[in-house]
Amino acid sequence: MNGVEGFMYPNEIALQWSVLIVLYPFITGLVAGAFILASLERVFRVEAVKPTYRLALLTALAFLLDAPLPLQLHLGHPERSPEMYFTPHSTSAMAMFGYVYLWYLMAVLVLEIWLDYRRDIVLMSQQSKGFLRLIYKVMTLGSSNISERSLAIDERVGWIVTIIGIPSAFMLHGYVGFIFGSIKANPWWSSPLMPVVFIFSAMVSGIAAVMLLYMAITKLRKQKIDVRCVDSIAMYLFYIFIIDFNLEMLDLIHRIYEADESFKSLNFLVHTQLFIPHIVIQILMGTLVPIVLLGITQVIKLPEIVRKRMYAVAGCLTMVGIFAMRWNVVIGGQLFSKSFLGFTTYKMALVTREGLLAAIALTILPFIFLWVLIKLLPPWGEEHEAAAAD
Amino acid sequence: MSVFKDAGHLFRFAGLFVLAFLLFLVIRGFVVPKTFGQYGHYRGAAIGDVAAHPVKFAGHQTCEACHTDILDVKKNGKHAHVNCEACHGALAKHADDPASVTPVRPDTAVLCARCHTASAAKPKGFPQVVPADHSTGLPCQTCHNPHSPAMDAGAAAGGTK
Amino acid sequence: MNISRRQMLILLPAAAVAWKSVQAGTPEDSPNYKMTDHWWGMLIDVPKCIGCGNCVRACQTENDVPDGNFRTWVERYHVTDENMTSPEVISPDGGKEGFPVAQEDAGKYFFVPKLCNHCADSPCTQVCPVGATFVTPDGVVMVDQSYCLGCAYCVQACPYGCRYIHPEKHVADKCTLCYHRITKGLTTACCETCPTGARQLVDLKNPKDPIHEFLKTHSVQVLKPQMATGAKAYYYDLDGSVR
Repeated sequence: MNGVEGFMYPNEIALQWSVLIVLYPFITGLVAGAFILASLERVFRVEAVKPTYRLALLTALAFLLDAPLPLQLHLGHPERSPEMYFTPHSTSAMAMFGYVYLWYLMAVLVLEIWLDYRRDIVLMSQQSKGFLRLIYKVMTLGSSNISERSLAIDERVGWIVTIIGIPSAFMLHGYVGFIFGSIKANPWWSSPLMPVVFIFSAMVSGIAAVMLLYMAITKLRKQKIDVRCVDSIAMYLFYIFIIDFNLEMLDLIHRIYEADESFKSLNFLVHTQLFIPHIVIQILMGTLVPIVLLGITQVIKLPEIVRKRMYAVAGCLTMVGIFAMRWNVVIGGQLFSKSFLGFTTYKMALVTREGLLAAIALTILPFIFLWVLIKLLPPWGEEHEAAAAD
Repeated sequence: MSVFKDAGHLFRFAGLFVLAFLLFLVIRGFVVPKTFGQYGHYRGAAIGDVAAHPVKFAGHQTCEACHTDILDVKKNGKHAHVNCEACHGALAKHADDPASVTPVRPDTAVLCARCHTASAAKPKGFPQVVPADHSTGLPCQTCHNPHSPAMDAGAAAGGTK
Repeated sequence: MNISRRQMLILLPAAAVAWKSVQAGTPEDSPNYKMTDHWWGMLIDVPKCIGCGNCVRACQTENDVPDGNFRTWVERYHVTDENMTSPEVISPDGGKEGFPVAQEDAGKYFFVPKLCNHCADSPCTQVCPVGATFVTPDGVVMVDQSYCLGCAYCVQACPYGCRYIHPEKHVADKCTLCYHRITKGLTTACCETCPTGARQLVDLKNPKDPIHEFLKTHSVQVLKPQMATGAKAYYYDLDGSVR
């Protein structure tokens, strides 16, 4: 029967959660990870990564603005989504989404960006013309106070916001892990490790994304890449990747060792339908190869140009690997029957609301948002021009 | 008060939050359905919505209220506990207004075979035959009264019922 | 049917009265139905099921269930000596038109009707983000289709695979235990049309309910007891190989 092998409960044959639900944790993961990179500079005073600070925040915002869109396209009744704000069900992890998202957007990200950029915003509101002037004026909230004292207060408050922002970022992505990890009906998902694995893989993907964006945008602007900066980012990426890899291996080994009633079915799945996405793409290409590449750069002192190439390759493979991880969790978890007696297949549509084209569009959209944000709030002020001058 | 002078912009930001929150509360008051929370975290009136679904199967008690003659034949036979609509389909409309809907006599070739075709999967004690061998093409009601199908029940032969 | 006019004059009003009580309004308004007096479940007597599919068809008719989705379905198990832990299971179109003829062999066959278990500790209601699915005070798990977002989280959370997203309404849908019938003194459509009594509605709060008596004197199981869902579909004589 159409793509079914063995026995599936009749209602299980068609998948409920599509590639868009794969995209959502991937995107919020990038948000959380980019923010953690930004916090490295702000809270942990890692000077080396300062050139990426503002870019990381804007990247987080661009992706956060895109994040609700795959969910809206998936819902049977997106017009009813405000119900999650009006009557959130306290026992549902998904109900948290509305509030966690809003908190993170307004009380963390927008606030931090606003505080960091406020001086520039006030200056631009005075220097620009026309419609742009109006936008900047609104962004100043009517205050043109950029005295030293006010900026010092901004600095202090921004620091506190970042401190609050770190656990908030963990919440933003950790709850997604809990959405899957708390479902006892699905043994592929049900695990206390799930939120932790999601958070660490989010950090890996977010840091890799900012690193790649920084390198790409700097090249496009015909500027010189701050190698000390990317070296530092790559180091953090490497160590967090090790932790992430260990967590995933722990889950796998535990599963294989305990071999509960779901094991036979899941094992078969991983060896057949999920072999390429899970073993080849996620583990080999997406985790082991980047770890080895990054590890080499940590141990052997290679010339700059070689290092940069390795970082770029490792970064790209990482992004693919973390996307594959989301795919294997979401899609993989729906490919086997809860009777453990059969399997189905995912038929990804092309042009429907939840099809491949929609997924591609929603992946490109945040880069458009980012482009607008960079134009509106340039991450690189005079300091970088000055640095390039000497 | 100089500390507030340099932090004025922060108060404006906070003020926006407060405004938005108040607006949210007002909207919520209008939008949340009135019966929400009546019995639990759900719209109480939803129970009534489900209960208001139209009934399609009348239920055998309703059939038996009128068709007492059939009941008399059926109640001591092998099909005593096979309810009317199990074979005759959903007939609430007929019960509601008998003249408006005339039930169609079921096709025994399909109907009887569904239950009584022999299969190793069926319980051993259950009456089952291989239809082709058993009836040699004749319709079931040639020999069996569907309302009391046992051959020795003295039931009327012939396909009039 | 040969009813005399005289008989008709007597019978019609009687039938009309019977029918009116069937059509009595919403349960809260109905003077005869008080939710807290009832706690609904179902008994499935496995050895009695002959896999005729009447229940699946009746449910589809009564509840306008779209083709390809199932509020109830029947599975046929084939368990052989060599492989008691991996039964061969089929459910062709949910068993709607019955099953293909099975050939006698060394294994055993049986049919297992399945439906929403109307769990007392329902995992589907736990995960609904907005309160669109819930357990009523009389123990029936329902969906508020004018409130449901169609996120399908409840579909993922159900261990029994009894929920689906309605292809036209784009909301969650599932067995309602024919709530619109049982609150009017009728039984569910599946129980009404089951020819062998394999499916029987039970009111666990009614000591006079004959099925209630059966449950007290026979061994029954629920599906996936390790999930601790408080399932209220009780299976008599359920084989250990059933998933």
